[in-house]
Amino acid sequence: MILYSLLALAYAFLYLPIVVMVIFSFNASRLVTVWGGFSTKWYGELLHDEKVLDAAWLSLKVAMTSATMATVLGTLAAVVLVRFHRFAGRTLFSGLVTAPLVMPEVITGLALLLLFVAMEHSFGWPAGRSMTTLVIAHATFSLSFVTVVVRSRLAQMDLSLEEAAMDLGARPLTVFMSVTLPLIAPALLAGWLLAFTLSIDDVVISAFVSGPGATPLPIVIFSKVRLGVSPEINALATIVVALVGVAMAIAGRVALNREHARPA
Amino acid sequence: MASPTPHQPWTDPQAVPLIRFEGVSKRFGDFVAVEKVDLSIFRGEFFSLLGASGCGKTTLLRMLAGFETPSNGKIFIDGVEMTGIPPYERPVNMMFQSYALFPHMTVAQNVGFGLKQDGLPKARIADKVKAVLDLVQMGKFATRKPHQLSGGQRQRVALARCLAKEPKVLLLDEPLAALDKKLREQTQLELVNIQNRVGITFVMVTHDQGEAMTMSSRIGVMNTGLIQQVGTPVDIYEYPGSRFVADFIGAANMFEGSVTVDSPDHVTTTCPELEHDLTIAHGDSVPVGSPVTVMVRPEKMAVSRDKPAEGLNWAKGVISDIAYLGDVSTYHVRLASGRKVQVLQTNLRHTDEQPLTWDDPVYLGWHPANALVLTR
Repeated sequence: MILYSLLALAYAFLYLPIVVMVIFSFNASRLVTVWGGFSTKWYGELLHDEKVLDAAWLSLKVAMTSATMATVLGTLAAVVLVRFHRFAGRTLFSGLVTAPLVMPEVITGLALLLLFVAMEHSFGWPAGRSMTTLVIAHATFSLSFVTVVVRSRLAQMDLSLEEAAMDLGARPLTVFMSVTLPLIAPALLAGWLLAFTLSIDDVVISAFVSGPGATPLPIVIFSKVRLGVSPEINALATIVVALVGVAMAIAGRVALNREHARPA
Repeated sequence: MASPTPHQPWTDPQAVPLIRFEGVSKRFGDFVAVEKVDLSIFRGEFFSLLGASGCGKTTLLRMLAGFETPSNGKIFIDGVEMTGIPPYERPVNMMFQSYALFPHMTVAQNVGFGLKQDGLPKARIADKVKAVLDLVQMGKFATRKPHQLSGGQRQRVALARCLAKEPKVLLLDEPLAALDKKLREQTQLELVNIQNRVGITFVMVTHDQGEAMTMSSRIGVMNTGLIQQVGTPVDIYEYPGSRFVADFIGAANMFEGSVTVDSPDHVTTTCPELEHDLTIAHGDSVPVGSPVTVMVRPEKMAVSRDKPAEGLNWAKGVISDIAYLGDVSTYHVRLASGRKVQVLQTNLRHTDEQPLTWDDPVYLGWHPANALVLTR
């Protein structure tokens, strides 16, 4: 009984704020802390807010593009780290690839901003703070997460599977495409979804590398909140929570299914 | 049983080997895994590399497959030097200990994988896959995934996948190690039958001497990276070339001693652990006085209450232990010198006879032809 109470307490601690937020997104009253009856009008109002819709669309595009970039680059890094045991600078490479995991975001953001400004000065690209800079910045920090996920999957994989494929006449590229890739696919998907969620809710780094023409959703929410929390924001946040929740559920489901399908 | 054909190309000096190792060594850093191996394997052979784990047998096999590069020496397959030829261009296929079936492909896709790499047309692949799956009696399971198969079935699919490519040499890395005992014994003979039918040269790595003896045309016994002896199962068991091989294959009683008489048809040795000099009935040019080991297999000795006939080697002792195994019993006999000797006796029923038991004084006897002098 005590255990269940503790569990309930822990769940409440973690999720009560979110539940409150979701409930108040259906509040008819404009006052955030006073319940004025059930209504979905704030969701309706959201649909007419051009600024919010643009920001959401931009965030979605940035998240999809940067997650894809991060998955490709992160997978390559993982393959190099797991399959090539001896090359000059391997330890350094391993450290540098995973460093962004522990790097304070403020510093990563600032460094990226300085880089973009310097690049624009010297050869004119990328012009200003735009979707391009957002994508590059998000791919940079989320590729470390992809590397970690894919790396552990690769390390678990039976090396003789790749050897068997090669033994049967497959060249290294074919081995990778027809054996390695299908077997690490769950890790790639999990990595992609992780990168996607990291990108879609990033505030700190985005604050540095976004510009007037390209403001992602979290920044819009953040700036709106500074003028006071509105039920509209609650509705928006509820949608984001639902989206992230669905993505993580899919990732978990995929990983679980694959685990069951594997030979004992 | 091992070789139904009397074909023995290794006895023919004109025969051209299919596989040749010439002074092959392999080092991993400071560790020498394989040292100066010279070995010829002939077409149609079932050759086994036998040794304890870490003896270098798997490394030798992996060098043949192309997964490891020799540090020194050359490997020839069918007259072609293999240095620099990657695994996917070698005329060999390997069956892995873990079977290494692709978990995301069906049985048919697994077996067809190698053929697809060769660029065969789809219809041709389907025909070959069906034929080879029928050969290993797995035709009904073509659409299953590997995780839906039992261990024995996976083993058959792994074999089929290698056979489908019709390689010049099929390499087997402990192919039966993952099966339980009964299935393993059954599969041993089946594998030999399949080999006879397809006529492909098999090279197998195993640590199980029973397996090697049952299946092989010849065995290469390995220890610490060196090939100790190469020969037919009979050669290896009856005429081991060294103390290591005698001890590694089967059980052996070994007596240290020195040569007193060396004549063309027999050798006499004196052993401090035995009261009588031993006669060994084959000439072995060993100089008088040189230290040797006399080896006698436990089943070549007889244990009885009566003194053995004249002309046999004999020793006197007391039974200290009996291991009754039903069909046979192993008697441990302690000699006057304290030395213990193992004797294996078939348990024939002598109803009128009083069975031998603990602490009985007994004689051990063996024919001079059944002992062997080892100098290495």
